[in-house]
Amino acid sequence: MARIVLTKPDIDRALTRIGHEIVESQRGKTGLVFLGIPTRGVFLARRLAEIVESIQPQDIAVGTLDVTMYRDDIQQKSTRATAPTDIPAAGIDGTTVILVDDVLFSGRTVRAALDAITALGRPDTVRFAVLVDRGHRELPIRADFVGKNLPSSVDERVNVCLSEIDDTDEVSIA
Amino acid sequence: MKHLISTRDLTREQAISLLDTTADMLEVRGRDVKKLPTLRGKTVANVFFEDSTRTRLSFEAAALALSADVSTFTAAGSSVSKGESLKDTLQTLEAMGADFVVLRHAHSGVAETVANSGWIDAHVINAGDGTHEHPTQALLDTFTMRSRLRGADARGSGLDGIDVTIVGDILHSRVARSNVWLLNTLGARVTLVAPKTLIPADVSAWGVSTALTLDDALESNPDVVMTLRIQKERMTSGFFPSESEYSRFWGMTTQRLARLKDSTIVMHPGPMNRGLEIAGAVADSPQSTVTEQVANGVAARMAVLYTLTGAES
Amino acid sequence: MTSILIRGAQRFGTESVDILVDDGVIAEVGVVTGTADRTIDAAGLVALPGLVDLHTHLREPGGEGAETILSGSRAAAAGGFTAVHAMANTSPVADTATVVERVFDRGIEAGFVEVRPIGAVTRNLDGEQLADIGAMAASRARVTVFSDDGKCIGDSLLMRRALEYVATFGGVIAQHAQDPRLTLGAQMNEGGVSAELGLGGWPRVAEDSIIARDVLLAESVGARLHVCHLSTAGAVDVVRWAKKRGIAVTAEVTPHHLLLTDESVRGYSPLFKVNPPLRTADDVEAVRAGVADGTIDIVATDHAPHSAATKDCTWSDAAFGMVGLESALSIVQATLVDTGHVTWQDVSRLLSVTPAAIGQVAGYNAPLTVGTPANITLVDPAHRGVWGTDRLAGGSRNTPFSGIELPGRVVSTIFRGTETVIDGVVVDEVRTS
Repeated sequence: MARIVLTKPDIDRALTRIGHEIVESQRGKTGLVFLGIPTRGVFLARRLAEIVESIQPQDIAVGTLDVTMYRDDIQQKSTRATAPTDIPAAGIDGTTVILVDDVLFSGRTVRAALDAITALGRPDTVRFAVLVDRGHRELPIRADFVGKNLPSSVDERVNVCLSEIDDTDEVSIA
Repeated sequence: MKHLISTRDLTREQAISLLDTTADMLEVRGRDVKKLPTLRGKTVANVFFEDSTRTRLSFEAAALALSADVSTFTAAGSSVSKGESLKDTLQTLEAMGADFVVLRHAHSGVAETVANSGWIDAHVINAGDGTHEHPTQALLDTFTMRSRLRGADARGSGLDGIDVTIVGDILHSRVARSNVWLLNTLGARVTLVAPKTLIPADVSAWGVSTALTLDDALESNPDVVMTLRIQKERMTSGFFPSESEYSRFWGMTTQRLARLKDSTIVMHPGPMNRGLEIAGAVADSPQSTVTEQVANGVAARMAVLYTLTGAES
Repeated sequence: MTSILIRGAQRFGTESVDILVDDGVIAEVGVVTGTADRTIDAAGLVALPGLVDLHTHLREPGGEGAETILSGSRAAAAGGFTAVHAMANTSPVADTATVVERVFDRGIEAGFVEVRPIGAVTRNLDGEQLADIGAMAASRARVTVFSDDGKCIGDSLLMRRALEYVATFGGVIAQHAQDPRLTLGAQMNEGGVSAELGLGGWPRVAEDSIIARDVLLAESVGARLHVCHLSTAGAVDVVRWAKKRGIAVTAEVTPHHLLLTDESVRGYSPLFKVNPPLRTADDVEAVRAGVADGTIDIVATDHAPHSAATKDCTWSDAAFGMVGLESALSIVQATLVDTGHVTWQDVSRLLSVTPAAIGQVAGYNAPLTVGTPANITLVDPAHRGVWGTDRLAGGSRNTPFSGIELPGRVVSTIFRGTETVIDGVVVDEVRTS
């Protein structure tokens, strides 16, 4: 049975808090680029960018970063469909990139994302924001901004729904 | 999917996914760093028993862009000319560590035989077998059509309702066959145009219309006119009498281009006989996709290599 | 010589009789009261005269890697045959008395079946100059059938002369009907399947037009003509017309053309590469009907053994041909008997009496009657089994029927009074006294 762990108000609050933390970490510096990791990281990146702009008006670029082809399990798992990568026209050199994903688990997606960023340019700083950190890291990686720490067992599934594609906002565990 | 032998084997979903992946690969081709780590440690053997510099270079570029090691085997001056069998040649290459065999052969059915024979375990990609199929060409062709005709809305879509006219030596064309099957799968309507000497004896099961002259076919205002390369030796074996006569009835001339709507694209798989199956000015016109097809070819082959890489589910 | 008593066999699939074989001939037929050295319980088995194949490639001399006269004779015995006609396309070609006598002698040495050499029509099968037809006819091998099989005698003038010259010696030409120019680069039947597979087409008209020409030539010079491995609906019509006109033409069909179609070629398995090619379902129907109405006179195997190397390869590199001796009777039962096209009595005619008559093989004109040479095949028509290479007894494995459930099994073959197959197994050696 699926158990709901975050409702829409919970998600909104978590993203707002992350937005404030990002503004705080900026220390007045501009040039933020939010890169969402498909599928749901893309929508979270757009929401966060809006929140940050509303807290501290500034021009924020938002893009998507598909990491599929940088994964280290391509030859072990059945083929995953790739997704488009959409980098802001000005590029990412010298910017602060905020990578955004829905769930942080083994850390392998983030590792792949860091490789993908390297192929695209050289940002000044890369930070990582995630809605849910469920633990069980397999690599020395941690998030800079976490919406909710969610202790889980390895074989549980954490399911993030976002209204942009799933009709509703909620996080459940099963 | 373990092998790519024929576009007939692709479901609509697989075909669209390959086209979408091609789009993603094309985006990578535009980056500063054009290389992906995807096939690191894997070896792609390009095994070409028939000369085709273009296709071979395209597959090499695709494999290198995915960080694979590439070894190239061409028949000229090789063990094949010393009488070694295809089976022995392929087993030798696999023993040297080939994970993918990109196979080009002058005889129809060779790729399928190699894939199903149990001779080797490697993934087999058909890079053109005789007059049978050339599936990666059809993928790059349909990708080119979809990008040109659907633009930003291309992702996830097929070619439903698109009218495609294919003109030329259908009888001997693996490009035509692979395109027909794939276009059918993607929902396009296909018309084949050729003199009766160059249309196979029975295409009733192909799901296509046929026309005898290009002018007849152009009446219906197609969205795509795909011209095929015509081998000049067909003239001496009675398939048609002369270049001028071929060009008159089946050549894509500037006059014929002028009759088409502006959005119609003109394609050619290359290498072109300018002035025979396609007029130089048509090949160089904005409606021509000839060079785009070449660029898309590398991305399409990357997509195929990537898609075959995953473990069998 | 061992006497053999066959108890309760259905002669030609009809009345149950005992057959006593003694001293190489059929001694009694009916209710036999005496005993014999060996008794075969033939309850439920159909007794046929020993089968005669008019079209067999034994490959020796020159192709011993695929088949020898001995191994091919064993394959023939396994299939219920007691006589085979060895095609001339060996290496060297059987175009002289020396070669045909050698083949003839090797057949006697092997001892499983009567091996009747076929002589080449043209020297080295080159289609240009007549072979030593008279010398072969007059040789110890008494050659009566002449064929360039594998190649068509395409030149009309040469064909006319060959018909006349062979008639001089009372022989017959067995023509491989294939217009060479119309089949340039041909790999399979021309049609929907060849169009999809991109394989060179072998149009039916290339067969039909040669047969049409040949029956008219035969008529004009008053010679006999035999049409090898007829495979198309059009060819059946041409032969039917010719017979109605009184032309002395006979025609054969192979078991594979009675069963398989070009759909089998999908997948490019070289096991289905054969010449003439597998045709369409319409052609299969037409050749079956042609057998039923007598247009087609005989079934002949075109047994064409090929070594593994020439079949474990790509379609285009593969040789044309399939083995067929062992499976012939099962295919005939499946496609003609069980479908109601013919009776077992007809099978006796199609696979023994008529091919023996065309080839002038003695001893087959009064099948299963007292006083005739004891060439007998016992078949179990109720048997059902999935065909596989384990059923083969020759030197090669290239059967196209593996995996198909087929009826019938040859239980016993008796060649001139000696058992060559016992309980479905070919004997190691034929011991004649």
